[in-house]
Amino acid sequence: MSSIDEKTIEKVANLARIEIDPADVSYFADQIKGVVDWIEQLSEVDTDNVKPLAVVDETSITMREDDITDGGYMEDVTKNAPESAYGFYVVPKVVE
Amino acid sequence: MSYIIEGRTGNWEMVIGLEIHAQVISNSKLFSGSPTDFGADPNSQVSFVDAAMPGMLPVLNKKCVEQAVKTGLGLNAQINLYSAFDRKNYFYADLPQGYQISQLYHPIVGNGKIEIDLEDGTTKFIGIERIHLEQDAGKSVHDQHPTKTYVDLNRSGIALMEIVSDPDLRSADEVAAYIRKIRTILRYLGTCDGNMDEGSMRCDVNVSVRRPGEEFGTRCEIKNVNSVRFASQAIAYEAARQVEILEDGGTIKQETRLFDANKMETRSMRSKEEAHDYRYFPDPDLPPLILEQSYVDAIKANMPELPDEKKARFIKDYGLKAYDASVLVADQARAHYFEEVAKNCKDPKLATTWVSVELFGALNKSGKTIEDSPVSSDYLVELIALIEDNTISGRIAKDVFAEMIESGKKPGDIVEEKGLKQITDSSSLDPIIDQILSDNTDKVEEYKSGKDKLFGFFVGQVMKQTGGKANPKMVNDRLKEKLQ
Amino acid sequence: MTNISDLSLVELKEKMTNKELSSREITETYIQRIEQHKDLNAYVMTDFDRALDAADAADKNYAAGNAGLLEGIPLAIKDLFCTKDLRTTAGSKILDNFVPPYESTVTSNLKKDGAVFLGKTNMDEFAMGSTNRTSAYGHVISPWKANGSSEDLTPGGSSGGSSAAVAARLCVGATGTDTGGSIRQPAALTGTVGMKPTYGLCSRFGVVAFASSLDQAGPMTRTVKDTALMLESMAGHDPKDSTSAKVEIPHYAGLMTGDVKGLRVGIPKEYSIDGLPAEISALWSKGAEWLKARGAEIIEVSLPHTKYALPTYYVLNPAESSSNLARYDGVRYGHRVESDDLNEMYAKTRGEGFGNEVIRRILVGTYVLSAGYYDAYYTKAQKVRRLIVNDFDAVFKDVDVLLTPTSPSTAFPLNQDETDPVKIYLNDVFTVTVNLAGLPGISVPAGLAEDGLPLGLQLIANRFDEARLFNAALALERDAKFTAKPEGF
Repeated sequence: MSSIDEKTIEKVANLARIEIDPADVSYFADQIKGVVDWIEQLSEVDTDNVKPLAVVDETSITMREDDITDGGYMEDVTKNAPESAYGFYVVPKVVE
Repeated sequence: MSYIIEGRTGNWEMVIGLEIHAQVISNSKLFSGSPTDFGADPNSQVSFVDAAMPGMLPVLNKKCVEQAVKTGLGLNAQINLYSAFDRKNYFYADLPQGYQISQLYHPIVGNGKIEIDLEDGTTKFIGIERIHLEQDAGKSVHDQHPTKTYVDLNRSGIALMEIVSDPDLRSADEVAAYIRKIRTILRYLGTCDGNMDEGSMRCDVNVSVRRPGEEFGTRCEIKNVNSVRFASQAIAYEAARQVEILEDGGTIKQETRLFDANKMETRSMRSKEEAHDYRYFPDPDLPPLILEQSYVDAIKANMPELPDEKKARFIKDYGLKAYDASVLVADQARAHYFEEVAKNCKDPKLATTWVSVELFGALNKSGKTIEDSPVSSDYLVELIALIEDNTISGRIAKDVFAEMIESGKKPGDIVEEKGLKQITDSSSLDPIIDQILSDNTDKVEEYKSGKDKLFGFFVGQVMKQTGGKANPKMVNDRLKEKLQ
Repeated sequence: MTNISDLSLVELKEKMTNKELSSREITETYIQRIEQHKDLNAYVMTDFDRALDAADAADKNYAAGNAGLLEGIPLAIKDLFCTKDLRTTAGSKILDNFVPPYESTVTSNLKKDGAVFLGKTNMDEFAMGSTNRTSAYGHVISPWKANGSSEDLTPGGSSGGSSAAVAARLCVGATGTDTGGSIRQPAALTGTVGMKPTYGLCSRFGVVAFASSLDQAGPMTRTVKDTALMLESMAGHDPKDSTSAKVEIPHYAGLMTGDVKGLRVGIPKEYSIDGLPAEISALWSKGAEWLKARGAEIIEVSLPHTKYALPTYYVLNPAESSSNLARYDGVRYGHRVESDDLNEMYAKTRGEGFGNEVIRRILVGTYVLSAGYYDAYYTKAQKVRRLIVNDFDAVFKDVDVLLTPTSPSTAFPLNQDETDPVKIYLNDVFTVTVNLAGLPGISVPAGLAEDGLPLGLQLIANRFDEARLFNAALALERDAKFTAKPEGF
């Protein structure tokens, strides 16, 4: 059984940048725990010497030529932005 | 070279490893067809892929793969025929996808090593752990607005090679030599322009300290180290900081620190702390990259001569000293210039002096690079030829060279215009000598009576009369004969 | 004459070619029907002006004798496909104002072949769901009702807007996407044909990514032949998608004879799950008998890792989606909740923009990829996935296609209050294996259950064996003789 509790949910939600109403944390904790506990049945499967599979087609990737074929449409890449100025996307000040 | 830090409680040693992020030279980005030029208008070099619009997919640029393989070969490294791309997940304003496509589990290049040249003439091998391909992030501009950050994605998606060294470096000097050597090799290969000012080469430095001979200590990663000088400063500061903490009985916290070049200090980047779980996993949009050995061999067969090979050849062919040779080959353009001159001269020693001392000296004085040298290699060859065939003397040659630097004129023309040709026939020289001897009969008498030192006086007079154009050997010979 | 809205794609094409009908008449018929049945909430956005322009252009092409494969055929597009200058939401509030400046490859292909787009269909948010209840734009109501009941039913999901639109005759065909069954399950629940092609056959470029290694676009129509025609247009190699297969797309419809003599049909014994309703088992057997009667050979086969397909899927799918959905951060497009702190802006934007099922999957995905759990969950699931692929590879040495039920039940009421996500995930039990192995699968309506609701049977073939799959499906369709229609449509 997984050890998922409300703390886990808070940590994971923070990693995923999702604000969860404090009142809902226990709801999500129960549900996520339920899903993960169910997933844990995979541990029954003997996977010794089995290579992980990431994509169904494991033959090599197809590459493109090094040609400039795209870009040059600042308007189009910024017109859906909630906030933009002088061609930049605008976000709250980032302090480092 | 000593690299011991003397603390209050004894000696410490620094252990340093570098991650160099080198922007790959390519026309278009790693996974999209937008251009890679520096300094364009904000978001003008951004495709829907680079802006991570919904449903956009990466397509790998062939050239970037070739450049990484070339770099791997240039750093004497293992090329991994099987590599794959992974996603490094984190949130940042200039990371549009919410992940960076990188290669954690299967990098394209494995172990390698390079030899660095230190100022005391010794060399040292530094191990390369790996090189992987990854996407560059965009740029955040923080100083345009009091409460806002502006984001430009032009750089987003340009290919980077992350070159990770082993923790083999032990001093700031070694780090500087290592960075310079990597930069030279990348420039020779044409895989990165090495321009740290424009950010096309950037370093993260991992620093720890330990008592000599003991286990590695806990390390801190210093980001934003964007010149060789800053690297030295950041390391010195960070090592001293760690020694002080340890000597006070404290422990080092593994963390990411930022180098502040204005304050010359490093400080903790708390923003990176909380989100240090990058959740790497294979990028399902990109099948594995499987290369054929024949592909690698073909790149190998077309490798340019690298600095170490060139250095060895310069020592052998042109009789250079090891350190002079390593300084010369550090800059590909200078090395090329030298070679153009040296191979066209009878005496390579003359070429060495004229290029390394005279020309580089003049360029340094005027702050010019070899690329905009007013004296072409052809002209310098011509000047040296004029010395070698006795048309002008070495002393006159310096005047001609100064004129060449000034005007860019052909040395032969300068010699011709100013009548600087060496006097090498006795029929022209004899009347001048005769005149001097008859004007100075008293000195001739003194000389003949044993005051040998006066010989120099007669030589000086001849040179003065001929404006230095007389061939020194002939002057000697004729004077000796006439004074007998 | 039959109602225009009851004609198949093949029939409509024939009538337009013979000048018996114009695309404008057909399109207007569908527009009228969409207006009439707005209460189903099948469409989240309609685009009638451009649809009529496209219909007129199609009529000109018929007149000029250069009609494309789908010339003048009114289709609906699942709102997961980006459509240039037409709002695309993926069923999510986080994209409620997003107007793509580009077109997906699949919809470009359809347009090139002359198709008329009526609008965008509703769906589970980011395709996460099998009920259509997770849409931020309200759930879709199936046109079907159970015998003697007026209760609203699910059209299935996530392509529930598309399945409802096809079943209610609000379009001739629709695009869907299928990550774990999202085309085949809604097709089964609405008495329509839904097909998920081999992974890589249809480009994913411009389709809002859900779980990249599993996502495939596919067609949904009312007949097998119509589905084949639509797929022919949608599929094809695309250099903009690195996982796009380099295969030639044949004219499937021309290869379909319905002759299945000698076809080896596998019946995977592990699909006889506990609690499978008897009528579904019975229909499954009937399907096998139909094919046998036409000369096919029925062979019982074993896919030993079937049991683990769902948990495997529910590791890989959330992991990939947690990363794919990281780009919805309120910076470059979509919904934003303002804040003067960047991280707070992200968290509020995403907390408010995503619905609960999306949040659940992102949390699970983030958890299984996080430090300390990656190997136990993610790598483990990738290994089991290989075993599942190996199971299919072994079986396809002995059989040509597999026959299974599509869904373990008929459509259930929309207000059925199921809160256990695992129970909801079980709807995908017969369909996820196909996605994990990247195989083509098709659901064919095969009969009505006792409650009067449609049931589907699924055929699965080996990778890129679509032609054989369609042929077997045609045989099944001929014997099933499914002519039932939702009442009032």
